[in-house]
Amino acid sequence: MSEPVKSQTIRVVVNGREYTRTVEARTLLVRFIREELNLTGTHFGCDTGHCGSCTVIVNGRLIKSCMMLAIQADGMSIETVEGLANPDGSLSPIQDAFSAHHALQCGFCTPGMMLATKYLLEHNPHPTEEEIRRGIKGNLCRCTGYVNIVKAIQSLANNEEVTL
Amino acid sequence: MSGTTVTTQQTARTQWSGQSIPRKEDERLVKGQGRFADDIRRHNEAYVYLLRSPYGHARIRRVDVRAAQEAPGVIMTLTGDEVREIQKPFMEIAPPPGGYIEDYCLAVDKVRFMGEPVVAILAETAEQARDAADLVDIEYEPLDAVVTGEDALKDTAPLLHGKVGSNVVWHGLYDWGSVEEAKRQADKIVKIDRLHFHRFTSTPIECNAAVVEYYPGSGEYTFWCNNTMPQFAAMFMGPALGIPTDRLHFVTQDIGGSFGNKITTYVYLTICAILAKKSGRPVHWTEYRTDHILGGSHGNERTFLDIEVPVLNDGTILGLSARAIDDCGAYPRYEPLGSVIWSQVVPGVYRFRNVRIDYTQVVTNKCPVGPNRGYSRLQHMWMLERVIDIVAHELNLDPVEIRKKNYIKPDEMPYETPNGCVYDSGDYPRCLDMALKLINYDYWRQRQAEVRGTGKLIGIGIGSTLDSGTNNFGQARIINPELPFSGNGEVANVKLDLYGEVVVTIGTTPQGQGHETTAAQVVSDILGVSPDRVRVLIGHDNARNVYTGFSGTYASQFAVTGLGAVQGAAQKLKREIQQLAAGMMGSDPEEIELVDGTARVVGRPDTAIPFIGLANVVFANNATMPEGLDVSLNCTYTYRPPFKVPDVERKFGNLTLTYATQIHACVVEVDEATGETKILDYAAVDDSGRLIHPQIVEGQVHGAAGLGIGAALYETLEYDAEGQMLTPNFYAYKAVTALDVPMIKTAAIESPSPFSPNGAKGMGEGGGAPLHAICSALQDVMRQTSRAIVHDSFNPSERVYRLLRQQPSARRGVEVISNRS
Repeated sequence: MSEPVKSQTIRVVVNGREYTRTVEARTLLVRFIREELNLTGTHFGCDTGHCGSCTVIVNGRLIKSCMMLAIQADGMSIETVEGLANPDGSLSPIQDAFSAHHALQCGFCTPGMMLATKYLLEHNPHPTEEEIRRGIKGNLCRCTGYVNIVKAIQSLANNEEVTL
Repeated sequence: MSGTTVTTQQTARTQWSGQSIPRKEDERLVKGQGRFADDIRRHNEAYVYLLRSPYGHARIRRVDVRAAQEAPGVIMTLTGDEVREIQKPFMEIAPPPGGYIEDYCLAVDKVRFMGEPVVAILAETAEQARDAADLVDIEYEPLDAVVTGEDALKDTAPLLHGKVGSNVVWHGLYDWGSVEEAKRQADKIVKIDRLHFHRFTSTPIECNAAVVEYYPGSGEYTFWCNNTMPQFAAMFMGPALGIPTDRLHFVTQDIGGSFGNKITTYVYLTICAILAKKSGRPVHWTEYRTDHILGGSHGNERTFLDIEVPVLNDGTILGLSARAIDDCGAYPRYEPLGSVIWSQVVPGVYRFRNVRIDYTQVVTNKCPVGPNRGYSRLQHMWMLERVIDIVAHELNLDPVEIRKKNYIKPDEMPYETPNGCVYDSGDYPRCLDMALKLINYDYWRQRQAEVRGTGKLIGIGIGSTLDSGTNNFGQARIINPELPFSGNGEVANVKLDLYGEVVVTIGTTPQGQGHETTAAQVVSDILGVSPDRVRVLIGHDNARNVYTGFSGTYASQFAVTGLGAVQGAAQKLKREIQQLAAGMMGSDPEEIELVDGTARVVGRPDTAIPFIGLANVVFANNATMPEGLDVSLNCTYTYRPPFKVPDVERKFGNLTLTYATQIHACVVEVDEATGETKILDYAAVDDSGRLIHPQIVEGQVHGAAGLGIGAALYETLEYDAEGQMLTPNFYAYKAVTALDVPMIKTAAIESPSPFSPNGAKGMGEGGGAPLHAICSALQDVMRQTSRAIVHDSFNPSERVYRLLRQQPSARRGVEVISNRS
């Protein structure tokens, strides 16, 4: 029997930039993003896929990056919080709405929460309050009671002018 | 925000304070540019993994780390036997015999809770450290465990700490007024057998983490960490490591929530310090969620027994007596401070004057507790609110009327409580009326009758509570008269930097409370610059030399202590600027006004010097300094609240400076078939004195309400009889989600504190109001059905289901005795 492969070279596109790295087969995607690519805006908050602070978008799907191996992302396109702002560095409508509505306090869950918001609004531009709550139920926040997060998303959901 | 209502005691408006300006913290946080503890990387760092006890209580027979030491990447291991040689036991706050407890950073000889660290492994990668842990061979001899406070007091109970001779950490009798006299005067005495406040945790989304580096050249350790009370940690760690505390350099930056839970991490930081020194490597430690829930910091569990409440027929409550048993888990650590901290709010919001509480704190085979949002006061105020509702229930009185009858009246403020605490200001009846209006109380009372018989039941509940802020640490002497503590305080530095930039440094450790923003608002008003031109340094760093022994962020105090210090420092700087500018422009300091980053002579806007010009004279051009002046433009101020040392014998004195009010009201719907409880409407009215940033205050109200709702209905830390934890991760610990918290309606009144430097009151903890309000609403449901008593602070569907079905013949645990029948 041959030894299982312990490491593998992968190629990913993160926030539009291509990276090629050799990673250990067991490296979680969240660790890869944080430690290999030094994109520390994606956070690590639990070991069970519940808290959502590591949420990223992989090939258009909302993913908890602690539940996926880096090698599974080979050839894929990943979007993290660092890719949200406009090219000139100004805040995107989601970032702006989170700040304006005081939808963040400590800011630790915020990157994952904003990516969940982006995914939600891309698939359902006019969600009801119930749909918003379902859309972010996989992302835990201990600071806000979710009130202002829901309000921030509602402000985007009711705004025809917004381009995410 | 549903609206802020300003009371008649309106405060003077200023340009920046009082406005909800955009938070200075937000831009970096929404861009993912925050710097949290696990984001820190040091060259050549190594990783720590902690192997934890699988037993609640066991003797450690043998630890064999040889195979682990040989594993790939392993640098070293650390065991309890080694720690015993390196570390002195941490200081204990309790006097003997509770103070005989020996607490080390790793288990020595015995493990006393599931999750207690037993072996630390340092390796080149986090994965290698974790892998090596599988190779550690430990022989345990399991011992009987004790997992409830009541059992811990039994003669037959297993002892956790042999030297103490019992499981009691601290015992004290609190007795004010005369409960016996009140019982003689009463028409009735309501007796409640037992109320139980459950164990839960705020468990912030960022777990504990640290990068620790030892520099042999100076003997200094640097902790890049998320501890939220670093100088408290230093007080434990310095003596334990046998080094002066000034060799402990703490650096905090962004912190991903704490809620008090990150105060007692000194145990883990000590492990990291030992490994860093021994290995010569920077060491990196980050908890997994399971580590955090198993071995982090839990909230205090408290059982109240034999509660007796003397009342008059009209519902006037004359007093209260009870026994309280507080379960602090396996090691006291911050405890037994909670055994006095509850007495900041002895009568809650009520007027009764006769109180006797026989208070005992015990150890059990569970994770150590630590401060947890609402710390120690919420347990007590929950009990008081249960008493109010149970008295109303048993005497068939209206829950609103009985509260209003017993509330301290606004014209009695400032109000001295039976134990000498002074409630600074407030208007409880008005807050209650506002809360009831927000939930549309009359409508729901009507609906309540209409839905009877449909399978649904509606309950309306009230939680009236206080958020006491700015501790007088002198209260620690009531626990242990030998402790050299009293008062409180925070320090701030405000300066002009070399090119006239305004820079603020504070000793606090914010975790979302927006200190950078509110500090900038205060400085802006004093120095005449906009907040975006005020730089507030992030976090606590004792190398900046701006801290006191109290520095940190905890216990609802920043608006008073932190902003009090900022205000004092900014005013000092303003005086220096006025002196310097007056000297340079040949006028009087009183004639100098600060406008838009310049100092100018009043009435002569063209005669002005920009801050850069002032800074130039002091920092780079001082031969031009006006003669006779001695200014630094670098001003430090320590705010010290007006406290005295409490009377230890009488357990009497002012224990906190400010008392913010939280009055919550809620409507719940209970499914009779399942016991499932759904919140239909929820309102929170707060009075935090003068508001510096209304949006931030409202955010704190929301957050405290969210965690409280979670605790009331979903979140519990459960152990089985052997001390096995049943809820050690987010699979089993059901952290409240967006689906569980309703749109909380809010309103605020502002009763400025006469005691704080700015009229503000500390706030943020919330006093556990949702626990009180939801239990109250469930009692209102039981009033319509089984007449069961809501006796626990945790009420998941299955408990509500059982309460609904409690037979009339069942023991209800409550009795009303008539004094004059």
